[in-house]
Amino acid sequence: MSGGTLRTIDYAVLQQCMHCGMCLPTCPTYDQTKQERNSPRGRIALMRAVADGVLDVSHEFAEEMSYCLGCLACQTACPAGVNYAELFETARSDIERQNAQRGVARQFWRAVTLGFLFMNPAALRFTGRLLGFYQRSGLEALTRRTGIIRLLPRGLRRLEPQTPRIAPKFSNSLIPAHQTPSGTTRYRVALLTGCVQDLVFPDVNRDTADVLLANGCSVDTPPVQPCCGSLHAHNGDLEHARVLARRMIDLFPPDRYDAIITNAGGCGSHLRRYAPLLHDDSTYRERAVVWDRKLRDIQEWLIEIGCRAPETSPFDQPAAVTYHDSCHLVHGQKISREPRAVLRLLPGVSLVELPESTWCCGSAGVYAITQPEQAERLLGRKTANIVGTGAEWVATANPGCHLQIARGLDAAGTRIKVAHPVSLLARAYRRERGQG
Amino acid sequence: MPLSKDVTAGLAGIVGAGSVLTKPEDIIPYSFDGTAALWQMPSAVVFPHTTEDVSRCLQLAVAQSVPIVTRGSGTGLSGGSVPSTGSVVLCLAQMNKILDIDPKNLVLRTQPGVTTLAIDEAASRHGLFYPPDPGSMRISSIGGNVAENSGGLRGLKYGVTRDYVMALEVVMPDGRVTRFGSACVKDVAGYSMKDLFIGSEGSLGVITEILLKLVPRPLARQTMLALYDRIEDAAETVSAIIAARIIPCTLEFLDQMTATCVEDFAHVGLPTDCAAVLLMETDGHPAAVADEAAQMASIARAKGARDVRLAKNEAEALALAAARRNAFSALARRRPTTILEDFTVPRSELATMVTFIAETARAARLQIGTFGHMGDGNLHPTFLTDERDKDEMARVHHALDLIAKKTLELGGTITGEHGVGLAKKEWLRQQMGDSSFEVMKQIKRTLDPAGLLNPGKIFD
Repeated sequence: MSGGTLRTIDYAVLQQCMHCGMCLPTCPTYDQTKQERNSPRGRIALMRAVADGVLDVSHEFAEEMSYCLGCLACQTACPAGVNYAELFETARSDIERQNAQRGVARQFWRAVTLGFLFMNPAALRFTGRLLGFYQRSGLEALTRRTGIIRLLPRGLRRLEPQTPRIAPKFSNSLIPAHQTPSGTTRYRVALLTGCVQDLVFPDVNRDTADVLLANGCSVDTPPVQPCCGSLHAHNGDLEHARVLARRMIDLFPPDRYDAIITNAGGCGSHLRRYAPLLHDDSTYRERAVVWDRKLRDIQEWLIEIGCRAPETSPFDQPAAVTYHDSCHLVHGQKISREPRAVLRLLPGVSLVELPESTWCCGSAGVYAITQPEQAERLLGRKTANIVGTGAEWVATANPGCHLQIARGLDAAGTRIKVAHPVSLLARAYRRERGQG
Repeated sequence: MPLSKDVTAGLAGIVGAGSVLTKPEDIIPYSFDGTAALWQMPSAVVFPHTTEDVSRCLQLAVAQSVPIVTRGSGTGLSGGSVPSTGSVVLCLAQMNKILDIDPKNLVLRTQPGVTTLAIDEAASRHGLFYPPDPGSMRISSIGGNVAENSGGLRGLKYGVTRDYVMALEVVMPDGRVTRFGSACVKDVAGYSMKDLFIGSEGSLGVITEILLKLVPRPLARQTMLALYDRIEDAAETVSAIIAARIIPCTLEFLDQMTATCVEDFAHVGLPTDCAAVLLMETDGHPAAVADEAAQMASIARAKGARDVRLAKNEAEALALAAARRNAFSALARRRPTTILEDFTVPRSELATMVTFIAETARAARLQIGTFGHMGDGNLHPTFLTDERDKDEMARVHHALDLIAKKTLELGGTITGEHGVGLAKKEWLRQQMGDSSFEVMKQIKRTLDPAGLLNPGKIFD
């Protein structure tokens, strides 16, 4: 991923796709339309046409790359080992460079979010505080009641009810910069608090620190952390993604830790590929390789170090829990066994398999904003599958999926609750100590 | 070549404007099927929804002299659905309903766009079985399977697609809707016309409905792997098993390179250090399965297998078979271009053929991975190459020619299950002989006088 464009990328990466079609049945958009351009091999054919100079980076091309969820189910299914993630990010980067998705408003919001908010953690938290104030102060209820909301443009108006509830306190108020376990320290780890996780689910970060401490890890959690850059890379802004990767490596020198821990599937998928991102950066290249080697999803790490089974159930009554695979955990990082293993450690919990557990829920980063119709269809399918299991809880390990699925279950009028597997584990440990 | 406005407007009038694609971004992804190095953009893609749609599209095509290339899921391996210049692709992917399943008569009626897997899943809900299982069964369409007369891993015991087609609805090039065959097990009324259309590769008519025969689902199966240091021992095991009057449902062979690539992808525990792996499966009544499995394992050991491993459970058996189905695509990990062949010889000539392929590869300095259905003599030598390297491609072609001629010399066929399409055209006359070849062309000319259906496929 050396800053290439489709025209300059190693052609063998494109040729790797032999268009056998094994990806088709796993692609949620092809499943919807049954049209080749909406399939992985179809999109690769379009990219190849751009590389060959047969097709321009047109508006239609941009639309198609926007319709792709980037769920990477195709990459799991591909026997030929095509690196779809790399091709996809290169295509999106081409689209941005050539401004193929026109629109002044789009450019403005892109600059505000990718170029400013997600580059400045303090500004992001400040915006989060404003939004939290709006939601809690009664202003939100007022705007909704008075109908002032109708003054907003249609797109924003539709989204407003989907805005996640901002937490009253962020991770830095809940987790000290350095914590050591009560017993022997077996490992030294760093904890990445993320962006959405930090603003909306800081308790998942607290739970992550708790389970690490309970398993003999000392935990470094700097109060201010940069965004990992996954949003940027996914949306074709590789330059900012590189800046952020360097900041992360500076803040968490990988040599200092046994593991660098993330608890968000979407972030992890990007975080463990800093080496290819910084391949042409002679100053950071080697540290990026070490970084990638140390990067762990929390569940992967727990199972690797032999996670201690709690003696107490997280619940008062025995409960059925099902598990939804976040795309970027299962397809992006090939982690599907470990979260289930964590759930199986919990007394009083029966794990029920979710049909189509690896099928995208439609959250897919900003997909619910850019492609609302397709996102809703996928959410409906996911919700129906979850309801069908009869489980009382659904566990998932990515904040985007968490928000999306909670919204879907709520809209369906069910009482099924959503939690990160690690939160259930932390809850069991707390109850074991008589604290929950 | 852009189509005239009359044609696009006419097609839109039949199927609706949303079901006619002409923008480059929409039609570039229909320039290929599953065959390597064949690429031609169509002038439009049309999605009919009913037999009536198909009939009217064909009438329009004839009136305007537009060539038509029928397509299902585009997973064919001989270039059968690669567009010809200026053609309109008639894509049946949206005619994808199973129309009815009749457990009393053991038949299933379906539209052509349904996937092979969906057919077998529907059958299995009634305790029934649709055995043909081409490698791409998760996505290949049943219409495409009939048009190519696809085989699969279970050919030895269960036969191929042809053995399960009871009746077809076919739209002729002039738009007439015909029906051949019936739900009767015995039916000798008139010529066996359905058999003319099975394997006709979209060159004689468009198949719009299929009546399939189903069989009872076997109650048990046992899958096993036998590992060999010498390819000849694997081939001898196969002969000995058949000589012992056992017909297993699967006897698959993988050479070392194939086994290694498959294992890289699927992580199912295939050994990567032996010259040959046999994937064997027997199915049927539990008692028979247990007995046959024990016999097969002891024959394999007697013929020099280094090790014989039995799948511990259904999940492991499924994983092994699924991994094998990905062999072709998994081989693509090695080089940019992967050319898959399906030369087939009488079973007794297998060892000779495998050795000949290996020698040819060595002499031409080419990488060839070989796997295939050893039980039925159907081999898949797969060339791992790079289409941009002109010199290497010339050597590939030369080696192909040698292997094709050797196949014919041994009494084999140039294609066991992929069809002739574009890829095997040059050897067809040689295999059939002049008179048989001419009779076949005569049939084509009679049924499709304007030559508009899949032009340039099978023969020029």
